Amino acid sequence: MGKVEMGGIVKHINLQLVPDAKEEDYVLVHVGVAISIVDEEEAHRTLEFLTQMNELDELYNSPVEELTKEEIKLQADIIIKKMHS
Amino acid sequence: MKHLTEYRDPVLAAQYLDEIKNTITRSWTIMEVCGGQTHSLVKNGLLQMLPPQISMVHGPGCPVCVTPVHLIDKAVFLATKCNVILCSFGDMLRVPGSEKSLLQAKAEGADVRILYSPLDAVQLAKNNPDKQVVFFAVGFETTAPANALSVIQAKQLGLTNYSILASHVLVPPAIEEVMNDELSHVNGFLAAGHVCAIMGNYEYYPLVEKYKVPIVVTGFEPVDLLQGILMVVRQLEIGEAKVENQYARIVREEGNPQAQEMIYEVFEVTDRMWRGMEIIPMSGYKVKEAYAKFDAEKKFNVIIEDAPENPDCIAGDIMKGIKKPFECMQFGKRCKPANPLGAPMVSSEGACAAYYHYSFVEDMV
Repeated sequence: MGKVEMGGIVKHINLQLVPDAKEEDYVLVHVGVAISIVDEEEAHRTLEFLTQMNELDELYNSPVEELTKEEIKLQADIIIKKMHS
Repeated sequence: MKHLTEYRDPVLAAQYLDEIKNTITRSWTIMEVCGGQTHSLVKNGLLQMLPPQISMVHGPGCPVCVTPVHLIDKAVFLATKCNVILCSFGDMLRVPGSEKSLLQAKAEGADVRILYSPLDAVQLAKNNPDKQVVFFAVGFETTAPANALSVIQAKQLGLTNYSILASHVLVPPAIEEVMNDELSHVNGFLAAGHVCAIMGNYEYYPLVEKYKVPIVVTGFEPVDLLQGILMVVRQLEIGEAKVENQYARIVREEGNPQAQEMIYEVFEVTDRMWRGMEIIPMSGYKVKEAYAKFDAEKKFNVIIEDAPENPDCIAGDIMKGIKKPFECMQFGKRCKPANPLGAPMVSSEGACAAYYHYSFVEDMV
């Protein structure tokens, strides 16, 4: 059991299913049981999804004479890696 | 980060709406599986903001809505005739059984209690050794670990007065049921993020293969939903059908292994009757034989006949996304949250309740 604050209310929550949870972590709580730890990096990635997607689009739509196909692929790989790693 | 307000940012939401409008070239029907997503879509006005080519239909992911009438009758019987303390989540209480709801039973003197967690019911059993305590364990995969945990805790405490009345259902068979219905015409799905937090994404790969529909695991806040819709639309526009995860901050590919272990310790997969639909093979959980002492169905051996649905309620068509709540003759007239004909008008995850509370009912009926 651990104390979890939810919008100002502190409740005792079962943490058995999130053994890696540490103090100060954000957890998802469902009916008195924490079921997932919020992944900070993924959270940022979600918010940046649109920017990264647009970067990709721009890259694919850039004039061919500016970049070779290999260069486009290389840069796309870097952006995709940022999105999924 | 607070992991909440950021996903309600109107500027970001507007950017997603623009991107969706720029991407879409034809009409698509998308189903959000979970009732929590339905409520968020309606409550935040997203349905009005999406481009007209997108038709969002609302899925069967409302556990209270799909709990069959005879199980509610059984809970009512246990509460009124068997002298038990019947515990339940709040939104189950108002759902009509064939004769009465648990709330009516409570009004007539039965000991029916609303609890936040099944673990609270275990404490209640511990503190009331001379009473039988039954928890009405309804839910999808998200709720199953907590209900399983309550049984394990009761066993560890040596309690002989705690049991659960299990009505557990599963999302993937429901998606199959929707896809197999010839009246449904869903092109893509937003899968329920919290279900996948437990089960992971594995179960959805065979479904995208079989039905050639995109399935995007999606969260519940406005930005989550718009991003999920954009991901589905992008796939549809280029003719792809794959599993993607919009809700990666919560959902890992493999789900939560500790939670799965807890589920399979106590439950096994079984056929389940879905209210408003029919029996769907291998679509739910029942308590394993090894935990029979904690299974209220076996412990009290109450035989309740299957009861017919109210013929005026079209809950089945609502749950499969074939009809919208305002297409029901009774919506907002004879059927209202305080006096519902069917479960979707009651539950905090029910589609009819979402439309009733958050949209302009008078414009629709």
